[in-house]
Amino acid sequence: MNVLIFAEQIDGHFKKSTFEAITYGNDIAKTTAGQTIAAVLGKVDNAHLSELANYGADKIIHVNNDKLNAFVPEAYAKVVAEIASKENASVMVISNTYTGKSIAGRVAAKLKAGIASGVISAPDTALGFKVRRGVFSGKAFADVNITSSIKVLAITPNTFDIKQDAKAANITEMTADVSDSDFVTNIIELNRVTGKIPLTEAEVVVSGGRGLKGPENWHLIEDLATALGAATACSKPVSDMHWRPHSEHVGQTGITIKPNLYIAVGISGAIQHLAGVSSSKVIVAINKDPEAPFFKAADYGIVGDAFEVMPKIIEAAKALHH
Amino acid sequence: MKILVCLSNVPDTTSKITFTDNNTKFNTAGVQFIINPYDELALTKALEITEKQGGSVTTITVGLAETEPSIRKGLAIGATDAVRVNAEATDAYFVAEQIAAYAKGEGFDLILTGREGIDYNSGQVAGILGEMLGLPSVNVITSIEIENDVATMERDIDGGREKVSCKLPLVASAQKELTEPRIPNMRGIMAARSKPLKVVEATGSEKNSATVAFDLPPAKSGVKLIAPEDAASLIGILHNDIKII
Repeated sequence: MNVLIFAEQIDGHFKKSTFEAITYGNDIAKTTAGQTIAAVLGKVDNAHLSELANYGADKIIHVNNDKLNAFVPEAYAKVVAEIASKENASVMVISNTYTGKSIAGRVAAKLKAGIASGVISAPDTALGFKVRRGVFSGKAFADVNITSSIKVLAITPNTFDIKQDAKAANITEMTADVSDSDFVTNIIELNRVTGKIPLTEAEVVVSGGRGLKGPENWHLIEDLATALGAATACSKPVSDMHWRPHSEHVGQTGITIKPNLYIAVGISGAIQHLAGVSSSKVIVAINKDPEAPFFKAADYGIVGDAFEVMPKIIEAAKALHH
Repeated sequence: MKILVCLSNVPDTTSKITFTDNNTKFNTAGVQFIINPYDELALTKALEITEKQGGSVTTITVGLAETEPSIRKGLAIGATDAVRVNAEATDAYFVAEQIAAYAKGEGFDLILTGREGIDYNSGQVAGILGEMLGLPSVNVITSIEIENDVATMERDIDGGREKVSCKLPLVASAQKELTEPRIPNMRGIMAARSKPLKVVEATGSEKNSATVAFDLPPAKSGVKLIAPEDAASLIGILHNDIKII
Protein backbone atom coordinates (compact mmCIF):
# COMPACT_ATOMS: atom_id res chain seq x y z
CA MET A 1 0.00 0.00 0.00
CA ASN A 2 1.12 3.53 -0.72
CA VAL A 3 2.10 5.52 2.33
CA LEU A 4 2.05 9.30 2.42
CA ILE A 5 4.13 11.01 5.08
CA PHE A 6 3.50 14.62 6.00
CA ALA A 7 7.12 15.83 6.20
CA GLU A 8 6.98 18.59 8.77
CA GLN A 9 9.46 21.41 8.32
CA ILE A 10 10.35 24.56 10.20
CA ASP A 11 11.92 27.40 8.20
CA GLY A 12 13.07 25.05 5.46
CA HIS A 13 14.59 22.43 7.78
CA PHE A 14 13.26 19.02 8.68
CA LYS A 15 13.09 17.93 12.26
CA LYS A 16 14.29 14.66 13.72
CA SER A 17 10.66 13.60 14.12
CA THR A 18 10.18 14.07 10.37
CA PHE A 19 12.90 11.53 9.60
CA GLU A 20 11.36 9.19 12.17
CA ALA A 21 8.05 9.51 10.31
CA ILE A 22 9.73 8.78 6.95
CA THR A 23 11.38 5.65 8.35
CA TYR A 24 8.10 4.56 9.93
CA GLY A 25 6.16 5.06 6.70
CA ASN A 26 8.88 3.45 4.61
CA ASP A 27 8.72 0.30 6.75
CA ILE A 28 4.98 0.01 6.09
CA ALA A 29 5.36 0.65 2.36
CA LYS A 30 8.16 -1.93 2.07
CA THR A 31 6.23 -4.71 3.79
CA THR A 32 3.13 -4.03 1.72
CA ALA A 33 4.83 -3.49 -1.67
CA GLY A 34 3.81 0.15 -1.85
CA GLN A 35 5.54 3.46 -2.39
CA THR A 36 6.93 5.78 0.26
CA ILE A 37 5.77 9.27 -0.61
CA ALA A 38 6.65 12.43 1.30
CA ALA A 39 4.59 15.63 1.13
CA VAL A 40 6.46 18.86 1.86
CA LEU A 41 4.57 22.14 2.08
CA GLY A 42 6.24 25.53 2.00
CA LYS A 43 9.68 26.65 0.92
CA VAL A 44 12.44 24.04 1.28
CA ASP A 45 15.50 23.93 -0.99
CA ASN A 46 16.44 20.87 -3.03
CA ALA A 47 19.39 19.93 -0.85
CA HIS A 48 17.11 19.63 2.15
CA LEU A 49 14.31 17.98 0.18
CA SER A 50 16.62 15.23 -1.01
CA GLU A 51 17.49 14.36 2.62
CA LEU A 52 14.13 12.59 2.72
CA ALA A 53 15.34 10.14 0.06
CA ASN A 54 18.11 9.02 2.44
CA TYR A 55 15.50 7.52 4.72
CA GLY A 56 13.48 5.81 2.04
CA ALA A 57 11.23 8.35 0.31
CA ASP A 58 10.60 7.05 -3.25
CA LYS A 59 8.89 10.27 -4.17
CA ILE A 60 9.06 13.74 -2.65
CA ILE A 61 6.14 16.00 -3.50
CA HIS A 62 6.96 19.62 -2.87
CA VAL A 63 4.26 22.28 -2.82
CA ASN A 64 6.18 25.52 -2.92
CA ASN A 65 3.46 28.09 -2.58
CA ASP A 66 4.43 31.30 -0.76
CA LYS A 67 1.20 31.25 1.17
CA LEU A 68 2.14 27.90 2.67
CA ASN A 69 5.27 29.29 4.30
CA ALA A 70 2.98 30.14 7.21
CA PHE A 71 1.44 27.11 8.87
CA VAL A 72 -2.34 27.43 8.61
CA PRO A 73 -3.90 24.06 9.55
CA GLU A 74 -7.01 24.40 7.34
CA ALA A 75 -4.96 25.07 4.19
CA TYR A 76 -2.34 22.47 5.05
CA ALA A 77 -4.97 19.80 5.69
CA LYS A 78 -6.63 20.55 2.37
CA VAL A 79 -3.38 20.21 0.41
CA VAL A 80 -2.24 17.08 2.26
CA ALA A 81 -5.60 15.34 1.78
CA GLU A 82 -5.51 16.27 -1.90
CA ILE A 83 -2.06 14.71 -2.32
CA ALA A 84 -3.18 11.59 -0.41
CA SER A 85 -6.07 11.10 -2.84
CA LYS A 86 -3.96 11.80 -5.91
CA GLU A 87 -1.27 9.35 -4.81
CA ASN A 88 -3.73 6.65 -3.78
CA ALA A 89 -2.31 6.57 -0.28
CA SER A 90 -3.87 3.99 2.04
CA VAL A 91 -1.86 5.12 5.05
CA MET A 92 -1.08 8.66 6.07
CA VAL A 93 1.74 9.19 8.59
CA ILE A 94 1.92 12.42 10.59
CA SER A 95 4.16 13.27 13.57
CA ASN A 96 2.15 13.72 16.76
CA THR A 97 3.62 17.20 17.36
CA TYR A 98 1.56 20.37 17.87
CA THR A 99 1.81 20.98 14.13
CA GLY A 100 0.95 17.40 13.21
CA LYS A 101 -1.94 17.23 15.68
CA SER A 102 -3.42 20.41 14.19
CA ILE A 103 -3.90 18.80 10.80
CA ALA A 104 -4.27 15.06 11.55
CA GLY A 105 -7.95 15.24 12.53
CA ARG A 106 -8.85 17.53 9.66
CA VAL A 107 -7.09 15.27 7.16
CA ALA A 108 -8.84 12.21 8.62
CA ALA A 109 -12.24 13.88 8.34
CA LYS A 110 -11.57 14.91 4.73
CA LEU A 111 -10.52 11.37 3.77
CA LYS A 112 -13.21 9.73 5.96
CA ALA A 113 -10.31 7.86 7.48
CA GLY A 114 -10.03 6.22 10.87
CA ILE A 115 -7.37 7.87 12.97
CA ALA A 116 -5.06 6.75 15.75
CA SER A 117 -2.84 9.27 17.50
CA GLY A 118 0.02 8.84 19.91
CA VAL A 119 0.95 5.68 17.99
CA ILE A 120 3.95 3.77 19.40
CA SER A 121 4.05 0.62 17.25
CA ALA A 122 4.26 -0.39 13.62
CA PRO A 123 0.90 -1.60 12.31
CA ASP A 124 0.14 -5.29 12.69
CA THR A 125 -1.49 -6.18 9.39
CA ALA A 126 -1.82 -9.93 10.02
CA LEU A 127 -5.49 -9.55 10.93
CA GLY A 128 -6.75 -6.14 9.94
CA PHE A 129 -4.71 -3.05 10.78
CA LYS A 130 -3.77 -2.82 14.43
CA VAL A 131 -1.56 -0.23 16.12
CA ARG A 132 -0.60 0.37 19.74
CA ARG A 133 -1.06 3.81 21.23
CA GLY A 134 -0.53 5.45 24.60
CA VAL A 135 -3.66 6.03 26.71
CA PHE A 136 -4.47 7.28 30.22
CA SER A 137 -1.68 9.82 29.82
CA GLY A 138 1.10 7.28 29.85
CA LYS A 139 -0.42 4.92 32.41
CA ALA A 140 -1.45 2.31 29.81
CA PHE A 141 -1.49 1.27 26.16
CA ALA A 142 -4.40 0.46 23.86
CA ASP A 143 -4.35 -1.72 20.76
CA VAL A 144 -6.59 -0.10 18.18
CA ASN A 145 -7.88 -1.73 15.05
CA ILE A 146 -8.62 0.72 12.24
CA THR A 147 -11.24 -0.56 9.83
CA SER A 148 -11.60 2.25 7.27
CA SER A 149 -9.87 1.82 3.90
CA ILE A 150 -7.65 4.85 4.54
CA LYS A 151 -5.83 5.16 7.88
CA VAL A 152 -4.31 8.22 9.50
CA LEU A 153 -1.55 7.56 12.04
CA ALA A 154 -0.14 10.32 14.24
CA ILE A 155 3.06 8.79 15.60
CA THR A 156 4.74 9.73 18.87
CA PRO A 157 8.09 11.50 18.45
CA ASN A 158 11.16 9.84 20.01
CA THR A 159 9.66 6.38 19.61
CA PHE A 160 10.98 5.04 16.31
CA ASP A 161 14.58 4.84 15.20
CA ILE A 162 15.70 6.66 12.10
CA LYS A 163 17.02 4.19 9.50
CA GLN A 164 19.00 4.92 6.35
CA ASP A 165 17.46 3.55 3.16
CA ALA A 166 19.01 5.68 0.44
CA LYS A 167 17.06 6.11 -2.77
CA ALA A 168 17.51 8.44 -5.71
CA ALA A 169 15.94 11.78 -4.87
CA ASN A 170 12.78 12.01 -6.94
CA ILE A 171 11.37 15.48 -6.36
CA THR A 172 8.08 16.54 -7.92
CA GLU A 173 7.04 20.17 -7.73
CA MET A 174 3.30 20.52 -7.40
CA THR A 175 0.99 23.52 -7.41
CA ALA A 176 -1.79 23.38 -4.91
CA ASP A 177 -5.34 24.47 -5.32
CA VAL A 178 -5.44 26.90 -2.40
CA SER A 179 -7.10 30.29 -2.29
CA ASP A 180 -7.27 33.09 0.26
CA SER A 181 -10.40 31.56 1.73
CA ASP A 182 -8.35 28.56 2.90
CA PHE A 183 -6.23 30.82 5.08
CA VAL A 184 -8.82 31.45 7.75
CA THR A 185 -6.41 32.12 10.60
CA ASN A 186 -3.99 35.05 10.47
CA ILE A 187 -0.73 34.72 12.27
CA ILE A 188 -0.15 38.00 14.07
CA GLU A 189 3.00 37.07 15.91
CA LEU A 190 5.21 34.01 16.08
CA ASN A 191 7.78 33.39 18.78
CA ARG A 192 9.87 30.31 18.57
CA VAL A 193 12.71 29.68 20.93
CA THR A 194 15.58 28.76 18.69
CA GLY A 195 18.54 26.71 19.79
CA LYS A 196 16.49 25.04 22.52
CA ILE A 197 15.57 21.38 22.25
CA PRO A 198 11.79 20.81 22.25
CA LEU A 199 10.84 18.69 25.25
CA THR A 200 8.97 16.06 23.25
CA GLU A 201 11.97 15.46 21.00
CA ALA A 202 14.73 15.62 23.58
CA GLU A 203 16.72 12.44 24.12
CA VAL A 204 17.75 13.50 27.61
CA VAL A 205 15.57 15.52 29.99
CA VAL A 206 16.60 16.96 33.36
CA SER A 207 13.62 17.85 35.50
CA GLY A 208 13.20 19.63 38.82
CA GLY A 209 10.57 19.59 41.54
CA ARG A 210 9.69 21.35 44.75
CA GLY A 211 12.76 19.85 46.38
CA LEU A 212 14.79 22.57 44.70
CA LYS A 213 13.12 25.09 47.02
CA GLY A 214 12.85 27.98 44.57
CA PRO A 215 13.42 29.20 41.00
CA GLU A 216 16.74 30.76 42.04
CA ASN A 217 18.18 27.25 42.37
CA TRP A 218 17.32 26.19 38.82
CA HIS A 219 20.92 26.55 37.74
CA LEU A 220 21.36 23.04 39.17
CA ILE A 221 18.90 21.74 36.58
CA GLU A 222 20.08 23.99 33.76
CA ASP A 223 23.80 23.34 34.27
CA LEU A 224 23.32 19.59 34.13
CA ALA A 225 21.02 19.94 31.10
CA THR A 226 23.59 22.07 29.30
CA ALA A 227 26.39 19.62 30.05
CA LEU A 228 24.31 16.72 28.72
CA GLY A 229 22.69 18.55 25.78
CA ALA A 230 19.36 17.93 27.48
CA ALA A 231 16.03 19.74 27.69
CA THR A 232 14.71 20.98 31.02
CA ALA A 233 11.36 20.10 32.56
CA CYS A 234 9.54 20.45 35.86
CA SER A 235 6.76 18.99 38.01
CA LYS A 236 3.23 20.38 38.26
CA PRO A 237 3.66 22.23 41.61
CA VAL A 238 6.70 24.00 40.18
CA SER A 239 4.78 25.33 37.17
CA ASP A 240 1.72 26.10 39.33
CA MET A 241 3.92 28.26 41.57
CA HIS A 242 5.31 29.92 38.42
CA TRP A 243 8.88 28.94 39.22
CA ARG A 244 9.00 27.62 35.66
CA PRO A 245 6.79 28.11 32.58
CA HIS A 246 3.79 25.81 32.05
CA SER A 247 5.38 24.58 28.83
CA GLU A 248 7.95 22.71 30.96
CA HIS A 249 5.39 20.83 33.04
CA VAL A 250 5.57 17.11 32.37
CA GLY A 251 2.96 14.74 33.76
CA GLN A 252 -0.62 13.69 33.28
CA THR A 253 -1.99 17.20 32.81
CA GLY A 254 1.16 18.52 31.20
CA ILE A 255 3.32 17.04 28.49
CA THR A 256 3.94 13.31 28.13
CA ILE A 257 7.53 12.60 27.16
CA LYS A 258 9.61 9.54 26.38
CA PRO A 259 13.27 10.46 26.29
CA ASN A 260 16.10 7.93 26.49
CA LEU A 261 17.05 9.35 29.86
CA TYR A 262 14.94 11.22 32.42
CA ILE A 263 16.66 12.65 35.48
CA ALA A 264 14.22 13.77 38.19
CA VAL A 265 15.63 16.00 40.90
CA GLY A 266 13.61 16.75 44.02
CA ILE A 267 10.40 15.29 42.56
CA SER A 268 8.54 12.86 44.82
CA GLY A 269 6.95 10.92 41.94
CA ALA A 270 3.19 11.31 42.38
CA ILE A 271 1.16 9.01 40.12
CA GLN A 272 0.20 11.97 37.89
CA HIS A 273 3.84 12.87 37.34
CA LEU A 274 4.94 9.29 36.70
CA ALA A 275 2.19 8.96 34.07
CA GLY A 276 3.88 11.56 31.93
CA VAL A 277 7.42 10.19 32.16
CA SER A 278 7.18 6.44 32.75
CA SER A 279 7.84 5.62 29.09
CA SER A 280 11.35 7.06 29.40
CA LYS A 281 13.92 4.33 28.69
CA VAL A 282 16.05 5.04 31.76
CA ILE A 283 14.89 7.00 34.80
CA VAL A 284 17.16 8.46 37.48
CA ALA A 285 15.57 9.78 40.67
CA ILE A 286 17.38 12.05 43.09
CA ASN A 287 15.50 12.75 46.29
CA LYS A 288 16.39 13.10 49.95
CA ASP A 289 13.32 11.13 51.04
CA PRO A 290 14.07 7.41 50.78
CA GLU A 291 10.30 6.76 50.77
CA ALA A 292 9.70 8.92 47.67
CA PRO A 293 7.51 6.91 45.25
CA PHE A 294 9.84 7.84 42.39
CA PHE A 295 12.38 5.26 43.61
CA LYS A 296 9.88 2.50 42.73
CA ALA A 297 9.65 3.78 39.15
CA ALA A 298 13.34 4.56 38.65
CA ASP A 299 16.25 2.53 37.31
CA TYR A 300 18.86 4.44 39.30
CA GLY A 301 18.37 6.37 42.49
CA ILE A 302 20.34 8.62 44.78
CA VAL A 303 18.91 9.20 48.25
CA GLY A 304 20.48 12.53 49.02
CA ASP A 305 20.17 16.29 49.19
CA ALA A 306 20.02 17.80 45.68
CA PHE A 307 22.15 20.73 46.80
CA GLU A 308 25.00 18.39 47.78
CA VAL A 309 24.57 15.78 45.08
CA MET A 310 23.93 17.89 41.99
CA PRO A 311 27.21 19.85 41.92
CA LYS A 312 29.12 16.53 41.89
CA ILE A 313 27.02 15.20 39.03
CA ILE A 314 27.30 18.45 37.06
CA GLU A 315 31.07 18.43 37.44
CA ALA A 316 31.30 14.83 36.22
CA ALA A 317 28.99 15.59 33.28
CA LYS A 318 31.09 18.59 32.27
CA ALA A 319 34.25 16.48 32.42
CA LEU A 320 32.68 13.93 30.09
CA HIS A 321 33.16 16.07 27.00
CA HIS A 322 36.60 17.41 27.78
CA MET B 1 -22.51 34.97 22.11
CA LYS B 2 -23.62 31.35 21.88
CA ILE B 3 -20.95 28.94 23.07
CA LEU B 4 -20.79 25.15 23.00
CA VAL B 5 -18.34 23.41 25.34
CA CYS B 6 -17.48 19.73 24.88
CA LEU B 7 -17.23 17.98 28.25
CA SER B 8 -15.75 14.56 28.68
CA ASN B 9 -16.12 12.36 31.76
CA VAL B 10 -12.74 10.88 32.74
CA PRO B 11 -11.10 9.03 35.63
CA ASP B 12 -9.58 11.29 38.28
CA THR B 13 -5.86 11.93 37.75
CA THR B 14 -4.98 9.93 40.90
CA SER B 15 -6.68 6.78 39.53
CA LYS B 16 -4.76 3.57 39.30
CA ILE B 17 -5.51 2.20 35.85
CA THR B 18 -6.46 -1.50 35.57
CA PHE B 19 -8.45 -3.56 33.10
CA THR B 20 -10.96 -6.41 33.21
CA ASP B 21 -12.44 -8.94 30.78
CA ASN B 22 -9.10 -10.26 29.64
CA ASN B 23 -7.69 -6.72 29.32
CA THR B 24 -10.39 -5.51 26.97
CA LYS B 25 -12.29 -3.19 29.33
CA PHE B 26 -11.24 -0.37 31.62
CA ASN B 27 -11.92 -1.33 35.22
CA THR B 28 -14.12 1.43 36.65
CA ALA B 29 -14.43 -0.22 40.08
CA GLY B 30 -13.46 2.26 42.77
CA VAL B 31 -12.57 4.92 40.21
CA GLN B 32 -13.72 8.49 40.79
CA PHE B 33 -14.83 10.28 37.61
CA ILE B 34 -14.38 13.97 36.96
CA ILE B 35 -14.83 16.52 34.18
CA ASN B 36 -11.75 16.26 31.97
CA PRO B 37 -9.42 18.98 33.41
CA TYR B 38 -8.84 20.67 30.03
CA ASP B 39 -12.60 20.69 29.33
CA GLU B 40 -13.12 22.33 32.70
CA LEU B 41 -10.80 25.14 31.60
CA ALA B 42 -12.78 25.46 28.35
CA LEU B 43 -16.01 25.73 30.34
CA THR B 44 -14.61 28.34 32.72
CA LYS B 45 -13.31 30.42 29.83
CA ALA B 46 -16.69 30.19 28.08
CA LEU B 47 -18.36 31.50 31.25
CA GLU B 48 -15.86 34.35 31.53
CA ILE B 49 -16.69 35.35 27.95
CA THR B 50 -20.47 35.25 28.36
CA GLU B 51 -20.34 37.03 31.73
CA LYS B 52 -18.62 39.90 29.95
CA GLN B 53 -20.51 39.91 26.68
CA GLY B 54 -23.76 38.13 27.45
CA GLY B 55 -24.91 34.89 25.86
CA SER B 56 -25.27 31.25 26.77
CA VAL B 57 -23.01 28.27 27.39
CA THR B 58 -24.25 24.83 26.42
CA THR B 59 -22.24 21.74 27.29
CA ILE B 60 -22.27 18.56 25.25
CA THR B 61 -21.07 15.15 26.39
CA VAL B 62 -20.96 11.90 24.47
CA GLY B 63 -21.53 9.28 27.13
CA LEU B 64 -23.93 6.94 28.87
CA ALA B 65 -26.10 7.86 31.86
CA GLU B 66 -23.20 7.34 34.27
CA THR B 67 -21.59 10.55 32.94
CA GLU B 68 -24.44 12.70 34.32
CA PRO B 69 -22.79 13.63 37.64
CA SER B 70 -19.98 15.32 35.65
CA ILE B 71 -22.54 17.00 33.39
CA ARG B 72 -24.42 18.30 36.47
CA LYS B 73 -21.15 19.58 37.83
CA GLY B 74 -20.71 21.55 34.60
CA LEU B 75 -24.14 23.07 35.15
CA ALA B 76 -23.22 23.84 38.77
CA ILE B 77 -20.08 25.63 37.62
CA GLY B 78 -22.36 27.81 35.52
CA ALA B 79 -23.34 26.31 32.15
CA THR B 80 -26.80 27.37 30.93
CA ASP B 81 -27.90 23.94 29.74
CA ALA B 82 -26.47 20.57 28.77
CA VAL B 83 -26.81 17.92 26.10
CA ARG B 84 -25.85 14.28 26.46
CA VAL B 85 -25.49 12.08 23.40
CA ASN B 86 -26.45 8.67 24.66
CA ALA B 87 -23.54 6.56 23.42
CA GLU B 88 -20.20 5.37 24.68
CA ALA B 89 -17.33 7.67 23.67
CA THR B 90 -15.14 5.17 21.89
CA ASP B 91 -12.97 7.17 19.53
CA ALA B 92 -12.35 10.78 18.57
CA TYR B 93 -13.88 10.44 15.12
CA PHE B 94 -17.13 9.05 16.51
CA VAL B 95 -17.32 11.66 19.28
CA ALA B 96 -16.66 14.52 16.86
CA GLU B 97 -19.30 13.15 14.50
CA GLN B 98 -21.90 13.15 17.28
CA ILE B 99 -21.05 16.69 18.36
CA ALA B 100 -21.08 17.89 14.75
CA ALA B 101 -24.52 16.34 14.21
CA TYR B 102 -25.86 18.26 17.20
CA ALA B 103 -24.06 21.56 16.52
CA LYS B 104 -25.04 21.77 12.86
CA GLY B 105 -27.69 24.43 12.47
CA GLU B 106 -27.56 25.47 16.14
CA GLY B 107 -25.61 28.60 15.26
CA PHE B 108 -22.86 28.44 17.86
CA ASP B 109 -20.38 31.32 17.62
CA LEU B 110 -17.68 29.43 19.43
CA ILE B 111 -17.10 25.75 20.18
CA LEU B 112 -14.52 24.93 22.83
CA THR B 113 -13.00 21.55 23.64
CA GLY B 114 -10.16 20.53 25.93
CA ARG B 115 -6.72 19.95 24.46
CA GLU B 116 -7.24 16.22 24.90
CA GLY B 117 -9.01 13.81 27.21
CA ILE B 118 -6.71 12.55 29.96
CA ASP B 119 -8.15 9.08 29.33
CA TYR B 120 -7.76 8.39 25.61
CA ASN B 121 -5.43 11.33 24.85
CA SER B 122 -6.32 11.61 21.19
CA GLY B 123 -6.51 15.40 21.02
CA GLN B 124 -8.34 15.12 17.71
CA VAL B 125 -11.93 16.10 18.42
CA ALA B 126 -11.40 19.83 17.72
CA GLY B 127 -9.84 19.23 14.29
CA ILE B 128 -12.29 16.59 13.13
CA LEU B 129 -15.21 18.65 14.42
CA GLY B 130 -13.91 21.77 12.69
CA GLU B 131 -13.60 19.93 9.40
CA MET B 132 -17.05 18.36 9.68
CA LEU B 133 -18.66 21.73 10.39
CA GLY B 134 -16.52 23.60 7.86
CA LEU B 135 -15.07 25.78 10.63
CA PRO B 136 -11.50 26.73 11.49
CA SER B 137 -9.95 24.84 14.41
CA VAL B 138 -7.33 26.45 16.60
CA ASN B 139 -5.56 23.96 18.86
CA VAL B 140 -4.02 24.41 22.32
CA ILE B 141 -5.02 28.01 22.98
CA THR B 142 -3.63 29.70 26.10
CA SER B 143 -5.68 32.90 25.73
CA ILE B 144 -8.67 34.18 23.80
CA GLU B 145 -10.09 37.69 23.42
CA ILE B 146 -13.21 38.31 21.38
CA GLU B 147 -14.01 41.64 19.81
CA ASN B 148 -17.00 41.94 17.49
CA ASP B 149 -16.77 38.76 15.45
CA VAL B 150 -13.02 38.23 15.63
CA ALA B 151 -11.19 36.08 18.16
CA THR B 152 -7.55 36.78 18.95
CA MET B 153 -5.84 33.81 20.50
CA GLU B 154 -2.43 32.67 21.63
CA ARG B 155 -1.58 29.07 21.00
CA ASP B 156 1.28 26.70 21.68
CA ILE B 157 3.35 25.65 18.69
CA ASP B 158 6.35 23.33 18.58
CA GLY B 159 9.08 25.13 20.47
CA GLY B 160 7.15 28.34 21.00
CA ARG B 161 3.94 30.27 20.87
CA GLU B 162 2.01 32.23 18.28
CA LYS B 163 -0.74 34.78 18.28
CA VAL B 164 -3.46 34.29 15.70
CA SER B 165 -6.72 35.96 14.83
CA CYS B 166 -9.69 34.29 13.28
CA LYS B 167 -13.25 35.20 12.42
CA LEU B 168 -16.04 33.52 14.38
CA PRO B 169 -17.53 30.96 14.29
CA LEU B 170 -14.65 28.67 15.11
CA VAL B 171 -13.57 25.64 17.13
CA ALA B 172 -10.70 25.96 19.64
CA SER B 173 -9.11 23.58 22.13
CA ALA B 174 -8.07 24.67 25.62
CA GLN B 175 -4.48 24.37 26.81
CA LYS B 176 -3.43 24.58 30.43
CA GLU B 177 -2.86 28.31 30.86
CA LEU B 178 -6.20 29.38 29.38
CA THR B 179 -7.68 30.11 32.81
CA GLU B 180 -8.05 28.67 36.31
CA PRO B 181 -10.84 26.15 36.95
CA ARG B 182 -13.81 27.30 39.00
CA ILE B 183 -15.21 25.48 41.99
CA PRO B 184 -19.02 25.37 42.00
CA ASN B 185 -20.66 27.18 44.92
CA MET B 186 -23.76 26.06 46.82
CA ARG B 187 -26.05 28.31 44.78
CA GLY B 188 -24.67 26.84 41.57
CA ILE B 189 -25.12 23.29 42.84
CA MET B 190 -28.76 24.00 43.79
CA ALA B 191 -29.45 25.72 40.46
CA ALA B 192 -27.89 22.86 38.51
CA ARG B 193 -30.62 20.48 39.63
CA SER B 194 -33.27 22.29 37.65
CA LYS B 195 -31.22 23.28 34.61
CA PRO B 196 -32.13 21.49 31.37
CA LEU B 197 -30.17 18.35 30.48
CA LYS B 198 -31.31 17.04 27.14
CA VAL B 199 -30.54 13.47 26.09
CA VAL B 200 -30.29 12.72 22.37
CA GLU B 201 -29.55 9.44 20.63
CA ALA B 202 -26.39 8.85 18.61
CA THR B 203 -26.48 9.23 14.86
CA GLY B 204 -24.16 8.66 11.97
CA SER B 205 -22.05 6.07 10.33
CA GLU B 206 -20.25 3.00 11.51
CA LYS B 207 -17.24 3.46 13.73
CA ASN B 208 -13.96 3.33 11.85
CA SER B 209 -11.75 2.15 14.72
CA ALA B 210 -12.07 0.00 17.82
CA THR B 211 -9.88 -0.63 20.83
CA VAL B 212 -9.36 -4.38 20.96
CA ALA B 213 -7.08 -4.68 24.00
CA PHE B 214 -5.30 -2.75 26.71
CA ASP B 215 -1.94 -3.29 28.30
CA LEU B 216 0.08 -1.83 31.16
CA PRO B 217 3.69 -0.71 30.92
CA PRO B 218 6.17 -3.29 32.20
CA ALA B 219 7.14 -2.77 35.84
CA LYS B 220 10.66 -1.56 36.54
CA SER B 221 12.92 -4.32 37.78
CA GLY B 222 14.03 -2.39 40.84
CA VAL B 223 16.07 0.69 41.49
CA LYS B 224 19.85 0.54 41.76
CA LEU B 225 20.89 2.92 44.50
CA ILE B 226 24.02 5.02 44.32
CA ALA B 227 25.39 6.42 47.58
CA PRO B 228 25.15 10.24 47.68
CA GLU B 229 28.90 10.57 48.26
CA ASP B 230 29.46 8.63 45.02
CA ALA B 231 26.94 10.77 43.09
CA ALA B 232 29.52 11.61 40.43
CA SER B 233 29.68 7.91 39.47
CA LEU B 234 26.17 8.24 38.02
CA ILE B 235 27.61 9.92 34.95
CA GLY B 236 30.11 7.09 34.47
CA ILE B 237 27.35 4.49 34.71
CA LEU B 238 25.16 6.32 32.18
CA HIS B 239 28.08 6.91 29.82
CA ASN B 240 30.17 3.74 30.06
CA ASP B 241 27.88 1.00 31.32
CA ILE B 242 24.55 1.66 29.67
CA LYS B 243 25.86 4.11 27.05
CA ILE B 244 22.87 6.38 27.16
CA ILE B 245 24.80 9.66 27.24
